[in-house]
Amino acid sequence: MITIIDYGLGNIRAFVNVYKRLNITVKIAKTKDDLDNVSKIILPGVGAFDHAINLLQNSGMREKLDEFVLQKEIPVIGICVGMQIMAESSEEGKLAGLGWFKTKVKKIDINNLNHKPYLPHMGWNIVNVKEEEVLFAGLEKEPRFYFLHSYCFSTDCRDTQIANSHYGQNFVSGLKKNNIYGIQFHPEKSHHNGVQILKNFALL
Amino acid sequence: MLTKRIIPCLDVMDGRVVKGTNFINLRDAGSAVELAERYYAEGADELVFLDITASVEKRKTLLNLVIEVADVIRIPFTVGGGITEIGDIEKLLNAGAEKISLNSSIVNNPKLISEASKQFGSQAVVAAIDIKDINGVHKVFIKGGREETKLIGLDWCKEVVDLGAGEILLTSMDKDGTKEGFDLEFLKKLTDSVSVPVIASGGAGNKEHFLKAFSIANVDACLAASLFHYKELEIKELKEYLKNNNVEVRV
Repeated sequence: MITIIDYGLGNIRAFVNVYKRLNITVKIAKTKDDLDNVSKIILPGVGAFDHAINLLQNSGMREKLDEFVLQKEIPVIGICVGMQIMAESSEEGKLAGLGWFKTKVKKIDINNLNHKPYLPHMGWNIVNVKEEEVLFAGLEKEPRFYFLHSYCFSTDCRDTQIANSHYGQNFVSGLKKNNIYGIQFHPEKSHHNGVQILKNFALL
Repeated sequence: MLTKRIIPCLDVMDGRVVKGTNFINLRDAGSAVELAERYYAEGADELVFLDITASVEKRKTLLNLVIEVADVIRIPFTVGGGITEIGDIEKLLNAGAEKISLNSSIVNNPKLISEASKQFGSQAVVAAIDIKDINGVHKVFIKGGREETKLIGLDWCKEVVDLGAGEILLTSMDKDGTKEGFDLEFLKKLTDSVSVPVIASGGAGNKEHFLKAFSIANVDACLAASLFHYKELEIKELKEYLKNNNVEVRV
C-alpha cells in the first residue's frame, strides 16, 4: 500500500485528501511498526533540513526506510524538504542527510534576482519536465506548481534531472535515481497538475 | 518567474461567508466550503479565511472549517481570526492550512510572531495588519477594525517582519468595501520598505485596480472578497486581463 511517512513535518492531510478523492487507498506511518505492506513511499516535508532529519531519526523509521528504498527498491518520492533530506547534506544544516542522492543541497543564489522579495522562493512557478518521464505524464504545457523553499539542488548534481525551474538561477525541481524520486514543489497544493503527479506516482 | 497571485478572501462567521463595508453591515455570501470549491475551480492561487467574529468573542478559529476546506481544495490557504496561542497554530496547520494569519494577538503579544515563525517557519506566518488614516497618519487598528492602537502602520509592518513574519496582508480600512481601488500610495511605501511578500487588501473594484497594485505598488498578491463573491468579476477574466497587460499570472 502507498505509505505516507508522518515524521511530524509536512501537510500529511493534504496528501490523504488527494488520494481519497482519487479513490486510491493510502496509509500513514508514524512508527516503524506501521511500515509493513509497503508498496510505495511518500516522504513529505516542510521546514529546515536538520529539524527534518532529526525528526525522521527520532521516529525510528529511518533504518527501515533505508532498507525499503536501497535494498528492496520500493518506489519513493520526496517532496520539498522530503526531497532535500534525500541528499548527502545541505548548506542549511550541519547534519548528514539520507544520502540516497549523492549530492549536496545549496542555498538559492539570489544575486541575479532583480526584484524583492527574495527568499523563500514562494508561489507558482514553471516546471520544465522531461516529457518521457512517466511521473509527469498528462501534464499541461509549461505547468506551474506551488513552491516554498530557500535551498535547492543545483544543476551540476549527478543524478538524473527530470525537471528544472528558474528562480534567480536554474535549479533542479525533479530528480530521479532508479526507484527514488524527489520533487522540490508541492504537488499536494498545485491544483490539477499536482493531483496528476500524485496519481502518476500511485500508478508507477 | 513567479506569478503574481490572486487571492479571494472569505470572511467567515459560523461557516457562512459574510461581507460588509468598512467592516460593518455584514451580509451573507454563502457557504464557506462551497465558495472555496468554486474559487479553487476558477483558478484562485490561494485562499484566505478570516473568522471575523473571533477576536471579539474570544472564540477559537474554525478548526472544522479548515478540515472541510482542506478536503476539497488543492491550493494553499491561510486561516486567521482569534489565534492567540502556539497550540492553536499547530492545530490549524495540522488540519491542513499552509499559513496562519495573526492580527490583534500580535499587537498585544508580539512574541507570538517570533515563536510561531521559529517553530513553523516564517513562510507559515502571515501578519494581517489593518490600517486607517487618522488625521494624515496611518494607524493600526485591531479587533476587526473596532479598536485603534498607538501603532503607526509602516513602522508596525517593519517590526513584524523583523520579528519573523513571512508575509504581510495589508488591509486599508479606508478603502475596504468602497471599490475605489487599493491604497497604492501606502502599498508602494510598504513594498519599498520590507523584503517579504505583500498582499494588498481593501478597495478592489475593477480589473484596473489589480493591475495598478501589481505594476505601480509592486505587491505580490491582491486580495478581494465581495467582488468575487457576487461574481462582479471572474478570476479567469481578471487573469486574462492581467496577462494581456504583461503581469505574469497562472492561467
